[in-house]
Amino acid sequence: MLDIRDLSITYAAGPTLRFPDLHVAQGGQVLLGGPSGSGKSTLLALLAGLLRPATGVLRVGSADLARLGSRQIDAWRGREIGFVPQRLHLSAGLSVAHNLELPWLAAGEPVERRRVGELVERLGLVGLAARRPHELSLGQAQRVALARALARRPRVLLADEPTAHLDDDAARGALALMADAAAAEGATLVVATHDRRVEAVLDEAIGWRLAGAGAAEGAR
Amino acid sequence: MTRLVALAWRWLWSQPMVAALNLVMLALGFGAMVLLALVSEQVEEQARRDLSGIDLVVGAKGSPLQLILAGVFHVDVPPGNIPLAARDALAAHPMVAEVIPLSLGDSHRGFRIVGTGTGLLGLYGARLASGRPWRAPMEAVAGADAALSAGLRLDQAFAGSHGLGGGGEIHDETPYRVVGLLAPCGCVLDRLILTATESVWAVHEHATAIDDEDRRALAAERELTMLLVRYRTPLAAAVLPRWVQDQPGLQAAVPALESARLFRLLGVGLDVLRALAALLLGVAALSVFVALTHAVREREPDLAMLRMLGASPARVAAVVTLEALLLSLAGLVLGLALGHGLAALVGSLLHAERSLVVTGWWWSTQHPRIAGLAILLALAAVAWPLWRVRRLPVATLLQAP
Repeated sequence: MLDIRDLSITYAAGPTLRFPDLHVAQGGQVLLGGPSGSGKSTLLALLAGLLRPATGVLRVGSADLARLGSRQIDAWRGREIGFVPQRLHLSAGLSVAHNLELPWLAAGEPVERRRVGELVERLGLVGLAARRPHELSLGQAQRVALARALARRPRVLLADEPTAHLDDDAARGALALMADAAAAEGATLVVATHDRRVEAVLDEAIGWRLAGAGAAEGAR
Repeated sequence: MTRLVALAWRWLWSQPMVAALNLVMLALGFGAMVLLALVSEQVEEQARRDLSGIDLVVGAKGSPLQLILAGVFHVDVPPGNIPLAARDALAAHPMVAEVIPLSLGDSHRGFRIVGTGTGLLGLYGARLASGRPWRAPMEAVAGADAALSAGLRLDQAFAGSHGLGGGGEIHDETPYRVVGLLAPCGCVLDRLILTATESVWAVHEHATAIDDEDRRALAAERELTMLLVRYRTPLAAAVLPRWVQDQPGLQAAVPALESARLFRLLGVGLDVLRALAALLLGVAALSVFVALTHAVREREPDLAMLRMLGASPARVAAVVTLEALLLSLAGLVLGLALGHGLAALVGSLLHAERSLVVTGWWWSTQHPRIAGLAILLALAAVAWPLWRVRRLPVATLLQAP
């Protein structure tokens, strides 16, 4: 569930960025668009509780982020947010198996081995457990990052430019996998992209278009 | 927590060459410190044991330090001999509780044969492992090390060789007989072969006299090498050394003063070595600091991802700190092994020299301090990286450039 109203953030340097309102039920899909510099990354950081808003309502998953302290937000983020960064950010020093343990390690919770096994099987990562990230193909690495994001059954899955550097077939495959996985988990999916191809695949997604600094445009 | 330690360990070894280099540098630094602590403590402890109970050493004119080195530690040659009458004069002095005579001159396989009284055994509280003390001339009691290395057994006969080293003339016409073996005492007696003062006279008079008349003449001029004196009263410290100095041909040495002087001399050398060890450790610390700072910078995206996955800033800081602690403690463990191993090596070399006893099995009072230093070093090295971690711009780091 996402509920965003009158949301704005003020940068230390001065300018205030306002974001269009949005309401999405749990399990919905959102396509976050807009030109570079329009604030897509900032908005993702706000949704993940990494930045604090200046004004407005910011409800993500089960949390009203304006009401939580930073420690509570850290714990909540681990529980309810899954994030697939554009550059994946798998830890180069760790094997695939150890990368997949990080979500629990970060939260200080015992690793759910069965859950790891389940994701490894569902995302086609069987046999890759001992490999280091540099020994994976781009598609494999992306699936590892998706498995890591899904590890703790998040309520919201955030993806930053998931189709960058992918050819059409690979892009379609990656998006479909992500959408299916989110649907299977009942997670709300937010894809930030300026890639037109994404719209074609996620044709049921709600568009959430940012116009640029200082301006705001309603949900389409 | 154990999983966090495991993560820190894996991250530490994700760059094996850098980790190994730092580990070696730390091990060398800690190892040098441990070795110095072990050797200096054992040497001092041993000197303290060897000196205990001796208030004054009296010998022929010469350097007082030489008297102590020759008469107490048995590492130097004595300056000369003193007349037998000096013993009687000192023993008769009302402030003297005990006089133990020492006659040096011969050795057996590098171990000194010391003609003395049984009072020397009492001075060090030495116990016999087997046999009995000497009662007659030419009966000998061997210290534990001397017996073991020279292969002396009860009832065995052996001949002394002239001189305190080896290779002197063999007095094989006047053999000694082993009547007792000492239990190890951790003191200088371990390295000596003890016998009655009369034995030494007998050997030399037999070796030098040409006829009976000559022998009588030599017997009239019997000498001793040194005297170990115990005071009856503390007051003696103020009186006796001067009294001895006033006797013709006699020199007094106060062990407490001379050993303090000796350790001051050695101390300069030890300080230089300590400074070198500290320098080594300082360089290691600097290298660890650089490596950690570099590693944290390299790993900033990983750390940001850890935050994204729900870790609090404190938890991320804990991983980085653990990494530094693991490195430093691993260096400490290797350093301890290295230091103790080298001390054992030094010990075996010294043992071959019939000199001081140093072992690797020694618990130094400085060990806790060295361990504390390892922790401090890790925390110091991690301070700046932690400062960066605390202000990690998570959102920016996870964004594509």
